[in-house]
Amino acid sequence: MSTPLSGPGSATQAPGRGPVGSRPPRSRDHAPITVTGLAGKVLLLGLTAGIALWAAFPLVDGEQWAGLALLAATTAGLFYLYLTRRHIPAKYLVPGTLFLIAFQVLPVLYMASTAFTNFGDGHRGSKDEAIVAIQTSSVTQVPGSAQYALSIATTGDPATAPLVFLVTDPATGAVSAGDAGGLRRLDAADVTVTAGGRVTAADGYTVLNVGQASARSREVTDLVVPTAGGALRSSGLSRAYEGKAVRAYDSGCDCVRDAATGRTWTADEEVGAFVAADGERLAQGWKINVGLRNFTRVLTDGNISGPFLGALIWNFAFAIGSTGGTFLLGMLIALVLHSPRMRGTNIYRVLLVLPYAMPSFAMLLAWRDMFNADFGLINNLFGLHVDWFGQPWTARFAVILIQLWLGYPYMFLVATGALQAIPRELTEATSVDGASPWQSFRAVTLPLLLIALSPLLISSFAFNFNNFNAIYLTTEGAPFPADNPTNGATDLLITYTYRLAFGGQGAQFGFAAAISLFIFAIVAVVSAVSFRRTRKQEEVYS
Amino acid sequence: MRIRTAGVVALFALALAASGCGGDSDEPAAKESPKAAGGKLVIWADDKRTETLKPFAEKFGQENGVTVEVQAVSKDLQTNFVTASQQGSGPDVVVGAHDWIGNLVQNGAIDPVQLAAEQKSAFNATAIKAVTFNGQLYGVPYAQENLALIRNTELAPEAPKTIEDLVATGKQLKASKKVTETLCLQVGQNGDAYHIYPLYSSAGGYLFGAGANGDYDPKDLGVGKPASIEAFKKIGALGEKGAGVLKRSIADTNSIATFTGKKCAYLISGPWAIADVKKANITYDISAIPGFAGGKEAQPFVGVQAFYVAAKGKNKALAQEFVANYTTTPDLAVALYNAEARPPALTAALDQVKGSDPDLAKFQEAGRNGQVLPAIPAMAAIWDPFGKAEAAVIGGADPTSTVTAAGKTISGQIK
Repeated sequence: MSTPLSGPGSATQAPGRGPVGSRPPRSRDHAPITVTGLAGKVLLLGLTAGIALWAAFPLVDGEQWAGLALLAATTAGLFYLYLTRRHIPAKYLVPGTLFLIAFQVLPVLYMASTAFTNFGDGHRGSKDEAIVAIQTSSVTQVPGSAQYALSIATTGDPATAPLVFLVTDPATGAVSAGDAGGLRRLDAADVTVTAGGRVTAADGYTVLNVGQASARSREVTDLVVPTAGGALRSSGLSRAYEGKAVRAYDSGCDCVRDAATGRTWTADEEVGAFVAADGERLAQGWKINVGLRNFTRVLTDGNISGPFLGALIWNFAFAIGSTGGTFLLGMLIALVLHSPRMRGTNIYRVLLVLPYAMPSFAMLLAWRDMFNADFGLINNLFGLHVDWFGQPWTARFAVILIQLWLGYPYMFLVATGALQAIPRELTEATSVDGASPWQSFRAVTLPLLLIALSPLLISSFAFNFNNFNAIYLTTEGAPFPADNPTNGATDLLITYTYRLAFGGQGAQFGFAAAISLFIFAIVAVVSAVSFRRTRKQEEVYS
Repeated sequence: MRIRTAGVVALFALALAASGCGGDSDEPAAKESPKAAGGKLVIWADDKRTETLKPFAEKFGQENGVTVEVQAVSKDLQTNFVTASQQGSGPDVVVGAHDWIGNLVQNGAIDPVQLAAEQKSAFNATAIKAVTFNGQLYGVPYAQENLALIRNTELAPEAPKTIEDLVATGKQLKASKKVTETLCLQVGQNGDAYHIYPLYSSAGGYLFGAGANGDYDPKDLGVGKPASIEAFKKIGALGEKGAGVLKRSIADTNSIATFTGKKCAYLISGPWAIADVKKANITYDISAIPGFAGGKEAQPFVGVQAFYVAAKGKNKALAQEFVANYTTTPDLAVALYNAEARPPALTAALDQVKGSDPDLAKFQEAGRNGQVLPAIPAMAAIWDPFGKAEAAVIGGADPTSTVTAAGKTISGQIK
């Protein structure tokens, strides 16, 4: 998308795309406008406008004015940039930068901000939302009260006029009209009532049908008609009940009071919940800023920091083992097939690529079943009785073995490519000099291979460091020590984080975000260090 | 993980935009016919129930002049519902298991439903108890389910009275090479608290004590107490280092298949296993799960599927109408039963289908003494540590230290 956007007639302007030195850069400003270029520009800017318009609706709906302003500014900026003939470099850079901001920077910033909150189950919304939820769920039916047949009516226009509840008392059949001011009896002669007791017409009122009434859903649920025992509220659109809100929020003491028992729960801004004097807390809490608490918890909570270190070491071992193992095996096979004396190499290549061609998640599940202690293929085939996933070391060995099988074809492919790029004259020259094949491999082939493959090895390491599927689909982190169900022997940091954020123990997004930041930092440092070392190596050999 | 959340956000933004656009194009039509004036009900359910609900939802829509949309959410329905609710793009009604209630309430995602006394009495009392939380009714149940002992009558003609009976028969069959496993009870590497609970309760263990109002009391945690340690000792004796009846190699992925492959004579599972068992042409019978000799009755968990009203739905009144006054009809319960054979929670609907399906009555009988699966939020802290302790004990770990540690972990997670 970025290339066609990049300037007038970019697709057809071959001279303009030439090396910078061949023409003065000013020539672009004078490049003629072609029909294709113009059409492309109109199409893409039209698409941009369309996307902006499409994105604007939900923002207006949700009254997100800041977001809307940002959207408008971005769109206007894009239009300005591609309609003017200036700012050539920006034309190339902006699309990529926008995508980088939208898909990398913003999510990371959002995650970082989440790491400083207690966002998670029971603490998802604001305090106001929690109060509303507490009050709504404390409305109970007044004991012994009747259920009324309900019709929803207005005193005028169905869409805008104030709502009125027309209710029929099941015992007496008397019809009353109710609004926020209370109930008024209606004359029986003025109303038409069905056999079921619902009012279908009443003088002076417009009875709403279901569609009209549900269009004003919020008003219907919010309408409370005060009565002697409590208040009439709607239960759907055809029934009303007499209910009482037992718990109410009192802003004076910043607490919730229960009218029936007299208990109070005071807001505790430290935990984001209403807590009673005896420590009991109401279920509905709210999101608060917890500062560095999530980060310090990782380091100080013995249940987390101990296993965290163990998991970190295993995480490195897994990533290094998976990457190194697949690299060694892949390279060995590539070397063997590279030998000019090898016959039938094409057949081997096709066979070797097979594991790579299969969907890895299906293969991981198949391998999991193969390692089953009683029914698995591996034990049955070799007559073993190994409880593979039941003991830490066999489980670790098994997952690395699976990774090896899944990953070596990739390394084989890239190593084959890199080997073919190394001129044969170099190795021939070493053999003329009297070097053994091993010496020529160590001194010439391997360094040249590593220069080509190092970036791939680093990215493969980073991928395996967070290889969620490899663990989650095979062992789920098992085996777990008998006394600690949170961190298993094969748990990677990412599977551990996932369990915290989405696991059975209830979501703890804030805490999981803090751990994600730790992982992010670790991977970033490892990658930076290895890239720096690779660059040094390149300088040595080039 | 972040990508996932971003994806969910993007998805809902998309859904919101789509519904916004839909509303846009509907507007001219709406002006012409005031009947469809804006009323729109969105229901979320899993794949299986979506198909069943559709005709009923349409009928409800036609009768009342509103549009009803049933959307299938095939994975993580509960999580997606809570997230979407939070962002204001959730549905009006959601269909799910009753043990979600605690979590949904603490996140302010659902509203109570007010049913009249005669509506309530039309339901099985256990089902009503299951959807009651903090003294409030939070959903309308439509089906219930529990575990039972399914046995291959060719191999084991008699229903065992105790676990010891079952083990004796199983061992004989094993010795005569008719089966390779004594009992198919799914455990897996990480345990399965739901499936082991009948044995745990029979051996005297409990999860939460009952508070003054009859609800579960999260402060009275049974895991880690001496009774639970005794129970796990009995379970451990059946494990890999003991009698070899319970094994971690039998997991959710292969327990039913092992039974239908005639490798074991007994299977402990729920109504969802019956379709596979029938397909395998096995002559079977269903009975209550036996307890330990001299122990208490084995109590399976009773779970209920229910309709909930979303607290942040856009059409709450309509949603209340649908849930409180429409899903309480036997027709819908029978149709949902036909989609998936779980006993209906409405007594009238159960009576209607009982005659044609004897298994239903047997499952219900097996769950007669069952225990309502706790819906309190603290239950979320149980599953994982309890299951892993179970797996460890079955694998041969010391019950005392394992269960004590699990109890500590659980109580540490309960706020």
